[in-house]
Amino acid sequence: MNPKRCAACKYLRRRCPKDCIFSPYFPPSDPDKFACIHRIYGAGNVSKMLQQIPVQTRAEAVESLSFEAKCRVEDPVYGCVGIISLLQTEIQKTQTLLARTQAEITVAQAKHSQTQVNEFM
Amino acid sequence: MRGHEPRSSSSCAACKLLKRRCTPTCIFAPHFRSSDQITFAKVHKVFGASNVSKLLSEVPEEQRQETVNSLAYEADVRLKDPVYGCIGAIASLQKKMLELQHDIAVARNRLLAHNAAGGVNNNNSHVLLSPLDDSPQLAAFLDLVPYSDLMLLDGSGLDAYLFDIGQPPFV
Repeated sequence: MNPKRCAACKYLRRRCPKDCIFSPYFPPSDPDKFACIHRIYGAGNVSKMLQQIPVQTRAEAVESLSFEAKCRVEDPVYGCVGIISLLQTEIQKTQTLLARTQAEITVAQAKHSQTQVNEFM
Repeated sequence: MRGHEPRSSSSCAACKLLKRRCTPTCIFAPHFRSSDQITFAKVHKVFGASNVSKLLSEVPEEQRQETVNSLAYEADVRLKDPVYGCIGAIASLQKKMLELQHDIAVARNRLLAHNAAGGVNNNNSHVLLSPLDDSPQLAAFLDLVPYSDLMLLDGSGLDAYLFDIGQPPFV
């Protein structure tokens, strides 16, 4: 047995083969990362997902899965969708604020023009 | 009647896919109607039925539909974007927010400049009421939004959720 099993194989209590699909992304120094992903997605699903994408994108896929899994553990009802919802609400508020500010500029410009006309007259 | 378990008249989408008997106490049945097989198929593909069952059993019953809705959304996005999933959406929204913050700052500076310039002229013609002064529309426009709202744009309300994502690494 490989004494330096990856975190996934340690968690799953199995031998860590040389071509283990998890080992590049789940070092033994961070056992919580795999535990969290396993809790939400399951090892089998993660393995399938990684197999279906190019090797050069797997590290980023693992990071995004890890983030989403953490969000789901923290907020079992909404997960990271809660963040998306919050961001969309903030963006809507900000767009409204921007529209109001631009309207104020228009009014200020009109007022300034009116004042100039009055002075001319 | 003892020992007899009433057979459900129709299996829910989950039990249909899993090819098992749908019991009256099936945790999936209220949320995965047989008329919508696709949603459960997506959720099962990403999360797995047993994980979904565990997740649902860990939340109060009245919140389970919301949980299913968010799981379905996440699964859908992950299947469309297998590398970034919802993180891609979050990164795009963060970028949009930064752009809007920039636009607000520019607009605010312009407004301040206009008001400053207008201040000089207003002193000379303050007795001349602009017709706009009595306009309710102007009143609404001049009802300045408290600029403390801009603090929200610094993301202080998002810190609890963003888990130190930092600059979107996935853009």
